[in-house]
Amino acid sequence: MTTSESGNKTETLEEPDRRQFLEKATCAVAGAGVAAAAWPFISSMNPASDVLSKSIVEVDISQIQVDEVKTVEWQSKPVFIFRRSPTQISAMQESMGSRIDPQPDDERVLKPEWLVVIGLCTHLGCVPTKKPEGWFCPCHGSRYDNSGRVIRGPAPKNLYLLPYQFVSADKLLLGKSA
Amino acid sequence: MSKVIQWIDRRFPLSSFIKHDLVEYPTPRNLSYWWNFGFLAGFVLVLQILTGIFLAMHYKPDASLAFDSVDHIMREVNYGWLIRYMHAVGASAFFAVIYIHMARTLYYGSYRAPRELMWWTGQALLLALMATAFMGYLLPWGQMSFWGAQVITSLFGATPFIGDEIVIWLRGDFAVGDATLTRFFALHYLFPFIIASIVIIHLIALHHVKSSNPSGINLTAKNNIPFHPYFTVKDLFGLGVFLIIYCYFVFFSPEFFIEAENNQPANPLQTPPHIVPEWYFLPFYAILRSVPDLLGGVIAMALSVMIFAAMPFLDRSKIPGGAKYRPIYRGMFYIFVVDVVVLTYVGAQPPTNFWTLIGQVATLIYFALFTLLPFLSKFEERWLRKQGLPAEVEELIRCEEQCGCTDPK
Repeated sequence: MTTSESGNKTETLEEPDRRQFLEKATCAVAGAGVAAAAWPFISSMNPASDVLSKSIVEVDISQIQVDEVKTVEWQSKPVFIFRRSPTQISAMQESMGSRIDPQPDDERVLKPEWLVVIGLCTHLGCVPTKKPEGWFCPCHGSRYDNSGRVIRGPAPKNLYLLPYQFVSADKLLLGKSA
Repeated sequence: MSKVIQWIDRRFPLSSFIKHDLVEYPTPRNLSYWWNFGFLAGFVLVLQILTGIFLAMHYKPDASLAFDSVDHIMREVNYGWLIRYMHAVGASAFFAVIYIHMARTLYYGSYRAPRELMWWTGQALLLALMATAFMGYLLPWGQMSFWGAQVITSLFGATPFIGDEIVIWLRGDFAVGDATLTRFFALHYLFPFIIASIVIIHLIALHHVKSSNPSGINLTAKNNIPFHPYFTVKDLFGLGVFLIIYCYFVFFSPEFFIEAENNQPANPLQTPPHIVPEWYFLPFYAILRSVPDLLGGVIAMALSVMIFAAMPFLDRSKIPGGAKYRPIYRGMFYIFVVDVVVLTYVGAQPPTNFWTLIGQVATLIYFALFTLLPFLSKFEERWLRKQGLPAEVEELIRCEEQCGCTDPK
């Protein structure tokens, strides 16, 4: 409607302000109702509860040798469980990684012997390959050290950590911190 | 904002469409709440498409996975229970709304000239809706789903000469199976969009001939009022009432329309002791069962749905106005409604001698009403005119006879 038409109409209305207020209030309530009704539909596209239940995984680490990586699936993603040798531990503890994402090693582990990280390159999500000095991503050449810290781009971040805890000396619980 | 609209208007008739067909669209001032059901049907169509698309994101059309995937939707998917119940109750709501919409059309004679094409596109919509509902009912892959599809696809076996081949072609297997389920899913997803396009044709026809109204007389321009705000508000109020009833079933009685038997996975080796179609198919199912011959039953059932299309020909009365001004037609309308209710009840009963007899009588009445209508409507017209109609009404009839004009001046 053009302004002149509605102008003419409002002149003939009693209490045009009241009418306008009611119109706006009705639209606001209707809008809120539609938004509330939309929520279940949006929510239904989120992970279902059987998918969520995959997010807590118990792992037996008793068989992992020193300098060995065990890859397990957690939340449909690979998780590297790396048992580090004393020389690797001391080398990592002395370094802060690179300038891309500096972080001390003890912030990245619960026990220095065990590195637990999500095994997806922080660049675009490929799975890096283990090398003696750390990991190498075959997709775009990012490199990580034995603490999972990025030492060469294009990856912007260190390998992501995940919540986990030691339930016993040789049992890990992924997905839940202590 | 207004610049954007101007830009669009130069290339696409957006503002003039909104003004012409939504805001100023002339609507008879005397429409009652019986005229809400077309809008409600459109609303339920949107609701079904929306809930259906979200269900399809989680449903698996595979005979070995389908039943469990519905279980998965009910138990694991966030609000999956809500979306599924909305869809299941929505199917029943769709038929309830459509049947009332049709009953209104019959009562007020809205199928008569110049609205025959509205009635026939409506008939096409009814058939498409029935097909969609039937195919959708197979998808949960429960016992009722399976045996319902088995029985209905078997009906095509009554086709002379090539019946068996047609049944196998429809099923893609020698019995309802994985191939049937997958194609029903594909078509169940497709049909709503066909329905939506027929709805557009239905609406284009409506906006050409305009709404009928309770007087049954085509109104002059001065008796029309703009659609907005008068009927947007009236439709929204009706929608509120509809949603109260709909939400009652969705939230408090969602299993009301779901046969308990269908919560068991399909078993091709065992038919449930008592199988019944969904309530909206019961009258037609009762007609099918009341004819002892297979082919005859199928023809009677198909005819019972298709015969509505003949209404503009069967009703030969020239008396303007709906059943309100036509006592014989009104009586027939109410007998028809009662008869359909009886058929619905009979359709749900086990096929004992007694219920078969009642079903046969009701079937006879069903078809007798349509068969007698040409004679009774003509008789009624002569009788009413002999009794003396108001001069204005005679003028309307004369005008209609002479020029077929809709606007007597």
